[in-house]
Amino acid sequence: MKPWKRKGDKVFGELDKQEAAVLRGLVSQIDDMLKARIEETPQDELAELTGIRTGPTTSPDDPVLSRLLPDFHRLDDDNPGKAELDSAAALRSIHEPTLLDLKTGVAGVVLDTCPMFGGGVRLSLEQADAWLSALNDVRLALGTAIDVSDDMPDELPDDDPRSPHLAVYHWLTWVQESLVQALSAE
Amino acid sequence: MTAPVDMEQTQSDPTGAAVVSEDVPWQTVVWNDPVNLMSYVTYVFQKLFGYSRDKATKLMLDVHHEGKAIVSHGSKEKVEGDVAKLHAAGLWATMEHQS
Repeated sequence: MKPWKRKGDKVFGELDKQEAAVLRGLVSQIDDMLKARIEETPQDELAELTGIRTGPTTSPDDPVLSRLLPDFHRLDDDNPGKAELDSAAALRSIHEPTLLDLKTGVAGVVLDTCPMFGGGVRLSLEQADAWLSALNDVRLALGTAIDVSDDMPDELPDDDPRSPHLAVYHWLTWVQESLVQALSAE
Repeated sequence: MTAPVDMEQTQSDPTGAAVVSEDVPWQTVVWNDPVNLMSYVTYVFQKLFGYSRDKATKLMLDVHHEGKAIVSHGSKEKVEGDVAKLHAAGLWATMEHQS
């Protein structure tokens, strides 16, 4: 992939066949995880009647989903107070359905605009922002899965099972960085 | 459904005590994490809050060096909305009472 380029209110990129397949595969996986979380929370008749959806009150057990759907309060102190726990549960329940819609929405934009077998990508600024969010979600997911840290080396030893995933992570970092630079250029 | 109940309590409290506690301002905290790009965090602060590039960069550097930065403050509703937007952008944000 060459760097993204902005021309006026359009952003242009190009992915080869393998890059498109990797990106689409990862974005689809995140999309599936988020949709499974939505389906885990059946809506009752009252929600259908009022249109007010409520989500789960607790953070997902899975660390990747948990990073994509954070709590509204910092709860990892030794002993969070009951009021704080109750408030975090209430805020999650209110906001998580919308957050899930937004995250599956940006994943959908990438899947709709990234050519299946590679090629040119032409995005409106709004679609480019959706790509940025979706790329960030994929990096968060992959980064959590392979336990990326601030002092992560550029490469891991060949026998480290995370090694090939780290290479993909670094590539995604480059794609996202390039897109931020293109969008920041006037 | 706890929050709507809280709102009713606030409104129906004849002493106004709960109203006072709701008035204590809140703040939005963004925490450092090893994944989010410095350039992206700056871009998000500019985009979501309309901050200048300088202000957004300073806040991003605070997150990076200090481990966290307070990026906005105000009523509970405002800060709640800000945290929700930051979560949509993938940043690690929480809300707390202003100290």
